[in-house]
Amino acid sequence: MAEHKTASPAKSDAAQSAGNGHAQTNGSTVAPPYRVIGTRPVRHDGADKVTGRAVYGADLQLPGMLYGAILRSPHAHARIKSIDTSAAEQMPGVLAVATARDLPNLKDKVANLGEGAVNLAHLGANVLAHDKALYKGHAVAAVAAVNIHVAEAALAKIRVDYEPLTAVTWVLDAMQPGAPILHPDLRTDELGEPGAGNTNISTHLHFEQGDPDKAFGQADVVIEREYRTATVHQGYIEPHVSTALWNNDGHLTIWTATQGSFTARQQTAELLQIPLSQVTVVPCEIGGGFGGKIPVYLEPVAALLSRKCGRPVKLIMNRADVFEGTGPTPGSFVRVKLGAKKDGRIVAAEAYLAYDAGAYPGGMIGPGCMCVFSCYDIPNARVDGYDVCLNKPKTAAYRAPGATQAAFACESVVDELAEKLGIDPIELRLKNAAKEGTRRVDGPVYDRVGLVETLEAARNTPHWKSKLEGKNRGRGIACGFWFNIGLKSSVSAHVNFDGTVTLLEGSTDIGGSRTSIAMQLAETLGIKAEEVIPRVVDTDSVGYTDVTGGSRVTFATGLAAYHAGLDIIAQMRQRAALVWECKVEEVEFDAGTFRHKKQSLTFRELAGKLHQTGGAIVGRASVDPEGATNGFAVQIADVEVDPDTGKTTILRWTIVQDAGRAIHPSYVEGQMQGGAVQGIGWALNEEYLYDDKSRMTNASYLDYRMPTALDLPMIETVIVEVPNPAHPYGVRGVGEVPICAPPATLANAIYRATGVRMRELPMSPPRVWAALAAKK
Amino acid sequence: MRGTTKYGSCWKVAAQNRPPRSFYYSLSASTRKATALQDFSYAAATTIDEAVSLLSAGGDRARVLAGGTDIIVQLREGLRSADLVVDVKKIPELMALDFDPARGLLLGAAVPCYRLYDDERIAAAYPALVDSARIIGGWQIQGRASIGGNLCNSSPAADSIPSLIALGATCRIAGPAGTREVPVAEFCTAPGRNCLARGEFLVSLVLPAPRGGSAYLRFIPRNEMDIAVVGVGAWVELDPSGQKIADARIALAAVAPTPVVAAEAGKSLVGQPASEASFKAAGEAAKKVARPITDRRGPADYRTHLVGVLTQRVLATAVERAKSKK
Repeated sequence: MAEHKTASPAKSDAAQSAGNGHAQTNGSTVAPPYRVIGTRPVRHDGADKVTGRAVYGADLQLPGMLYGAILRSPHAHARIKSIDTSAAEQMPGVLAVATARDLPNLKDKVANLGEGAVNLAHLGANVLAHDKALYKGHAVAAVAAVNIHVAEAALAKIRVDYEPLTAVTWVLDAMQPGAPILHPDLRTDELGEPGAGNTNISTHLHFEQGDPDKAFGQADVVIEREYRTATVHQGYIEPHVSTALWNNDGHLTIWTATQGSFTARQQTAELLQIPLSQVTVVPCEIGGGFGGKIPVYLEPVAALLSRKCGRPVKLIMNRADVFEGTGPTPGSFVRVKLGAKKDGRIVAAEAYLAYDAGAYPGGMIGPGCMCVFSCYDIPNARVDGYDVCLNKPKTAAYRAPGATQAAFACESVVDELAEKLGIDPIELRLKNAAKEGTRRVDGPVYDRVGLVETLEAARNTPHWKSKLEGKNRGRGIACGFWFNIGLKSSVSAHVNFDGTVTLLEGSTDIGGSRTSIAMQLAETLGIKAEEVIPRVVDTDSVGYTDVTGGSRVTFATGLAAYHAGLDIIAQMRQRAALVWECKVEEVEFDAGTFRHKKQSLTFRELAGKLHQTGGAIVGRASVDPEGATNGFAVQIADVEVDPDTGKTTILRWTIVQDAGRAIHPSYVEGQMQGGAVQGIGWALNEEYLYDDKSRMTNASYLDYRMPTALDLPMIETVIVEVPNPAHPYGVRGVGEVPICAPPATLANAIYRATGVRMRELPMSPPRVWAALAAKK
Repeated sequence: MRGTTKYGSCWKVAAQNRPPRSFYYSLSASTRKATALQDFSYAAATTIDEAVSLLSAGGDRARVLAGGTDIIVQLREGLRSADLVVDVKKIPELMALDFDPARGLLLGAAVPCYRLYDDERIAAAYPALVDSARIIGGWQIQGRASIGGNLCNSSPAADSIPSLIALGATCRIAGPAGTREVPVAEFCTAPGRNCLARGEFLVSLVLPAPRGGSAYLRFIPRNEMDIAVVGVGAWVELDPSGQKIADARIALAAVAPTPVVAAEAGKSLVGQPASEASFKAAGEAAKKVARPITDRRGPADYRTHLVGVLTQRVLATAVERAKSKK
């Protein structure tokens, strides 16, 4: 098998690393003789992307298309007493104005959107505010006009009578008795029972196993700490954009940037209370999502405007709209308590997590609770989690949603434990690492997982083995976990007479999934990756496929492609039997060649005979794999902290991750690097800042400080491969877990550089400076 | 709780005696209104007189366009509005770049930043100005943006203004009543505001003949793509021994409504040895001039602290440069 190159700037170092940046592990150390999997073909969409010809949502132009604009609340919390749109409607060039009054009554309606039940009234009110604006930037009204200039001028003529209310933006404040209440009808779901009285707490979750109280009593060392994290945004480069055409025959077509064309279709149909089949969603190329392009924002609004004026309407957000009007990830408060024996065995754990959900219930508290202790085998544990509404945009998924906040807390305490016990931080983690048979506090028992192998590979990296010298410098390490889900995927594939195969799939491609899915089909069929032509098609052109999210696409849609490949081979053998006038069972297939006795036909040769043997072949598959593929990553950072300014410079960074099987190693490395970088941004500088009226003050990339290329070293990668037994090629999801560890990795590194434990994100220069000053 | 922790409070709570909220926010993203340019007229003047008459007629609704890297963005985002935009790049005086080691530098107000660091003699003569020119935006911005425009935008955090002040630059201004000269140190009057009257515009900047050494340093949380949390420009001249400071000027950005001169800090250095101890004392003196606010770029106490750190560091560089010239 080809050795995987690391992205190391120091190639000679990398050559000594575990498996040369690619650790093969599993009882069988030799990978099967793959011909496509593990290679690095040029991506199928590469030419379009690098030449600027790929069609993104904003590129779309339709005959007679109008431009829309959205009026957003200037208040973080206000009652909407009235909206007068008459002056805007009378403006020349304005063809439609929409408000929440144009949405059907969605009260008490619930929809199952694949990832659990969703309260449609909340979803609808988030798209267009009904009786209350719950955050600054909340959409209140929309206009469609002949151009964007007229549309924006018309917004200024809409009169909204607001009654401003007191707002709350920090999760613990929102939980206090007497806090401003967002939803008068909200009652806490207290372990399944409705609570009494007004509240902002929508859910209380509780998980427990063993006897934590007794186990803490028997522990030699107990450490308990509190952690706070700020609201951060996914920061995808492409703002949301949607174009809708409500045709005269009643059919609605939507072109949009989405992570899930089928969920966009369902959300839109449910909000407009029209049949699913009346809506076609055409996914455009997408400039990043990271979880943030799963909810609909613009789609139903563009549809309402189009229905009113009978013309296509395009809505585009600007950057401030994206920050203020779309879902960031929760700000959080997390308290973690760990108890261990002197030998380093962690015997008891307890966590309290309060995550903000944003303006409407249903944030990321569930996965936060499930992930907080997921790296360790801890027999006695208790976790309480709270989902809390407050005056920020409704949160959305962000790369391993909820896990990073939890990992920041848990991995920081583990580091303190290692220090207190005088045990190497990798050895302590190895001693407690989750493995096959480990039962997580929320119930599931792991199948074969690769944390031990990943930690061992981290210990073997040239980075960990190197010596870090110099003043104000320190090295940190931390682990991360993410589930990586399965869910539903469908593909169909037709064999062309020239031997190529066109693959139709419904997974929008945000991370190179076209190619990683096509490679699995190519491997199955014994053809080259370039001989598969992958196409991401609209909701009318392929079977139901769940969102691109949960690190599921290469796993689940890849699995569908594998089964479609088997379907094609079965049909091809029938054609070969026709050609050779033998029984189907007598036709053998191996590595792209069909054989019968001494006769053989390559896939391409047989494809050339399809025309004479009955026409095209269409293979198809629909899969719904259950459970998780369980990914782990370990990250190592060397930092230097300027004691005068509090600024942290990252000197070196390595990420070691179990990919199960890396289909396209470059994409796996890209996911590892990208996730690490997002985690670094979250850790060091990113945060929503608010003024005294709870309005965001930094809704631009100038002041919402994501890391630039100049803020980072090359991120070194080591791929570990512990194949996933639930996938024919061993694939595990890889996209999300890389974001989990960086905040704790950096906090641990900063501690070793300065002697100060940072327990609040971001660890920005003024905050580190203040902590250093307090220490003196 | 976030709003009440010792540190967290500095992000949110206004310090007493701070200037009105509009102080720094006058051009902030939080007042952004639009994403599309609204209609305006465009005129490209070819002489100073033509520009003066266009601007006089246009009054408050007329804006000057040089590189456009501020004004176009502000018009697009609704932070400023205009009925008339007057392009001044076709006026020869605005594009002049004339350096003479004995007389100094004449820098046309619309000359893009890159021309400063592309000219080795200018770069060697006025290193503080070149430090600034190299960090105003990226390369593409520096191909358009001018030092004159950076001054006229009059941001308290402008990277070129402390350097201009430290280097003793003067503004040459044209207007209905003819031309006048104003020291850069007196040009800015408030955030986004300056002493230009109706019909007036900046023609050029005049820098005295180069002496000594200079430097500009800013602090930003990242390594690029940020506005200064604090910026400090310094100019120093050494005595003939090369060990003592004969004269010094220090100016600060992002710690007051306008860039400010740290006069006491400069004076404190005169006659002192060019040592870390002197630089540190100057830093402490400079901190007394700082009247920062807490905003999204940083808390006030942190900014004041940074004035000391940066003053000390920028003086070391300026002295190093002065010594290397001897």
